[in-house]
Amino acid sequence: MFYREAGDFKTSYSDDAQTFPIKFDRLRYYVVLAIAFGVIPLLINDYWEKSILVPFLIFTIAALGLNILTGYCGLVSLGTGGFMAVGAYSSYKLMTSFPDLNMFFVVILSGFITAAVGAAFGLPSLRIKGFYLAVATLAAQFFLVWLFNKVPWFYNYSATGQISAPERTVFGYAVTGPAAPPQATYLFCLVFVFLLAWLARNLTRGRIGRQWMAIRDMDIAAEIIGVNPLKAKLTAFAVSSFFIGIAGSLFFAVYLGAAEPTEAFGITQSFVVLFMIIIGGLGSIFGSFVGAAFMIGMPVLLKNVLTGTLGWPTALATHVELTVVGALIIIFLIMEPHGLAQLWRFAKEKLRLWPFPY
Amino acid sequence: MPVSLLYALEVILNGLMAGIMYSLVALGFVLIFKASGIFNYAQGVMALFAAMSLVGFQNGQIPFAEVINVIFNSDVHNFGWTMPSFMAIALTVLLMIGFAFLVERVILRRLVNQEPIILFMATIGLAYFMEGVGDMMWGSDIKNLDVGIPSGGSRWLEDATIGFAAAGEDFYGMYIDVLDVWAAVVAVLLVASLTLFSQYTKTGRALRAVADDHQAALSVGISLRSIWVITWAIAGIVALVAGIMWGSKSGVQFSLSLIALKALPVLMLGGFTSIPGAIVGGLIIGVGEKLFEFYMGPLIGGATENWFAYVLALLFLVFRPQGLFGDKIIERV
Repeated sequence: MFYREAGDFKTSYSDDAQTFPIKFDRLRYYVVLAIAFGVIPLLINDYWEKSILVPFLIFTIAALGLNILTGYCGLVSLGTGGFMAVGAYSSYKLMTSFPDLNMFFVVILSGFITAAVGAAFGLPSLRIKGFYLAVATLAAQFFLVWLFNKVPWFYNYSATGQISAPERTVFGYAVTGPAAPPQATYLFCLVFVFLLAWLARNLTRGRIGRQWMAIRDMDIAAEIIGVNPLKAKLTAFAVSSFFIGIAGSLFFAVYLGAAEPTEAFGITQSFVVLFMIIIGGLGSIFGSFVGAAFMIGMPVLLKNVLTGTLGWPTALATHVELTVVGALIIIFLIMEPHGLAQLWRFAKEKLRLWPFPY
Repeated sequence: MPVSLLYALEVILNGLMAGIMYSLVALGFVLIFKASGIFNYAQGVMALFAAMSLVGFQNGQIPFAEVINVIFNSDVHNFGWTMPSFMAIALTVLLMIGFAFLVERVILRRLVNQEPIILFMATIGLAYFMEGVGDMMWGSDIKNLDVGIPSGGSRWLEDATIGFAAAGEDFYGMYIDVLDVWAAVVAVLLVASLTLFSQYTKTGRALRAVADDHQAALSVGISLRSIWVITWAIAGIVALVAGIMWGSKSGVQFSLSLIALKALPVLMLGGFTSIPGAIVGGLIIGVGEKLFEFYMGPLIGGATENWFAYVLALLFLVFRPQGLFGDKIIERV
């Protein structure tokens, strides 16, 4: 009835190639944007900002980045935590070395630095494939975290070995540091999510995204039809690390405020982001959003129910949480190996035919 | 002999011992990878779970005591007995076999023919699940594991080697933990019995057939499902052995599950499909990281053991992508 192409006439090629060819989808997109930019900042408070919205936005960026690498280019990486650490430490160094630099550019620059590091660690991917590559990226994870622990230059020789974000403003509003209002941090992260999701969507629709997908589906065949594997794999690593670097930079500067590499950017972080894209759906932009929402929202929900409503001790609630996360991952893989995004695709197919079954 | 050489020898010996410990974990990986093509991330957590259960049985802990206490507002902890080690080990073996059945039933059977990456993810999920269940069952505090394996420095070796250095030098004999020697003996026994089992028993032959070619094995009447149960059960027992060794060495705690991560570079060096590869890879990694830490560690800040194994494996793979003993990777369009 309301969700179909019929009656929505395209009169130009650019109309025909638009991201959302169905009118309902376009409307939904604008409504979601309006709510995200216009309504939520009016309602947001400290609790929602700190425990749900900001981590959701930040991990969406990380999931988008990993999805580009794993979902679109088929290269499994377990080094996400390490690359987030690169983003965090480069933004720290930039913030302290150039106090007058606008925070926006600090984040973007840390993204570029991480992209360079990521491309360097992506070099072995030309020789190593599959699981071997996944384990090889662990080298990046452990080496980078060790590096930030052991080289004092990175944490400006502070006595604790921690880094903490000084206050920086955008348009006169503080976005980092303890005094930052929830609206400012939320909007700051949201702008990045919006821009990066737009970028990811259009990259994957274009020439370079198709190269990635060709490499993913079969790299030898892709090479024969003229895709340069060196270029495709390294750009995938670079773009993915750019996203992850920005996520790491925001995670440290906006969300945590102070960080220590082993805790904040450990191997667990790599796994969490990997779960997000598996549960959300490999090779899907929408999936990165859903996966991040799920992995951020579910522990909060469980914790509230178990310790809040039922009054269980926190330690036990953590164990239950682990069990539930593990079980859910297995259940998702068994029921729908292509993730929540696939369910959404099914729903759309059904909607198009509704009210007829076939 | 000069003292520096003696120290280097000591480091190499300790590296070999550490390497054996890594191999014990890597062995379980190889078994499952060969039989079902699954890269079982949960191997480390299986070791942790087995060790936890062993301690729990020994001390007569009530499983899920914490959960029971919370739900029924009771205060139970122990049955009030202590079990002899051999009985506890037997019970744990039974538990691991039951676990293998469950894994085949609930996970493997439903994920047949999925891509390897999906199966890998499923084992990560399994690892989380088991960790949570293990903590709920037996509590997450650090436990002492003692099944009667002697530990501590070897007096005999110290006395024997102290004479190697010239009198007045700064050398007091080599230090080696007896526990590590025992681990080496156990590892040798384990590999020998696994080899004998797979060479001379009917089940063992079936295992090798499945490892060679799933479809051919199916077509001559080997039940894949029972083979999977058997492999996972064997991997569970290997995990128990690794859990006992690591648990006696450093206590049963969460970090035990991270040894799985340490076993990965071992596998990459040795090749995923080779049992001797797992042993040799373990030895190379063990010696390599100890020597690197000994010579380079002080220069660049120490704790290089965290990453050296991975970087070594990475560099190695660039030149030989299938590992030392792995099957050659052939790709066709």
